Amino acid sequence: MHDFVIIIPAYNEAGRLRHTIRGIQAVADAPIVVVNDGSLDGTAQEARDTGATVLDLPFNLGYGAALQTGYRYALKEGYVRAVQMDADGQHDPVSIPILLKDVQTGTVDVVIGSRFLGESDYRPPLIRKIGMVLFRNIASFLTGQKITDPTSGFQALNLRAMQFYASDAYPVDFPDADVLIMLHRSGMRFKEVPVRMHQSPKKISMHSGIVPLYYLFKMVLSIFVTLLREKYPQEEA
Amino acid sequence: MTAQLKILSVFIGVSLFIYIIEMVRRRKLREEYAWVWLLTGLLIVVLSIWYDLLLYMSNLLGGIYPSALLFFFGLLFLLFISLHQSIKISKLTDDLKKLAQELALQRYEKK
Repeated sequence: MHDFVIIIPAYNEAGRLRHTIRGIQAVADAPIVVVNDGSLDGTAQEARDTGATVLDLPFNLGYGAALQTGYRYALKEGYVRAVQMDADGQHDPVSIPILLKDVQTGTVDVVIGSRFLGESDYRPPLIRKIGMVLFRNIASFLTGQKITDPTSGFQALNLRAMQFYASDAYPVDFPDADVLIMLHRSGMRFKEVPVRMHQSPKKISMHSGIVPLYYLFKMVLSIFVTLLREKYPQEEA
Repeated sequence: MTAQLKILSVFIGVSLFIYIIEMVRRRKLREEYAWVWLLTGLLIVVLSIWYDLLLYMSNLLGGIYPSALLFFFGLLFLLFISLHQSIKISKLTDDLKKLAQELALQRYEKK
């Protein structure tokens, strides 16, 4: 059995998903599970055609909850490590082994691929950029380690971290810097490694319109209440 | 308080009370939520009939207008009930998420 699984949440990604999955299959010999988040297009069929496992959510739950579905699946199937990637192809699969390395050796629980540590052609829009700079500073301060890219959805996890992502404590509503602070406060270790990321080909990103403002508010509130909670919470079943 | 207003507010309070009971009887409203509304209906009736109580309370708070006190109570109640509902909605959203995830996992297993 393979010891890790690749989790891809996908919402209306038909046309891009095939290319993304083929790209992964070309460099990594691992099972791929696509969580189809209530897509209205041919996302699920496209994923099935590539041979990936497809989990169909009955309606759109949003990125975090779709991701969490992937982790619940992975734990159920007995995987002890997982890599999460975006469906739009912005994460370069050649970085997968780099991400997995420190999770496999057990030095950290989560490895995050940062687009700002290495060479990158990623240019975020202004309000996004403000949020990124703000939260990476807050997260760096609160966790006592330098964080450059808390938004990155390109991550590798060990079993302990997978259990946290699958638990009810995981903030499914825009998981971001607050997750890193939660990880830190529950005694888990994480690190960033440089990865290549491509500009997302999508015209409308997940953060557009009024959403960035809500995102700012949610993140501030989420981080604040995280600090009010118990530091090493009891594991909930 | 004029007699007309008194009649009107007693009528509103009693109608609300009857309507809530009827909704519970038809199982369109859960008992869990009904008590707050029943209490409201009752309070409207009591305060309309027993005007002295309202006067007494407004004097207690420094001689404000009894009608202003009624508005204040009304606002407070609306605040309370919408917060209560937000909390319920949050829980329902969470339950719904879990249910959808579980369905996706079960559907996969069946294949």
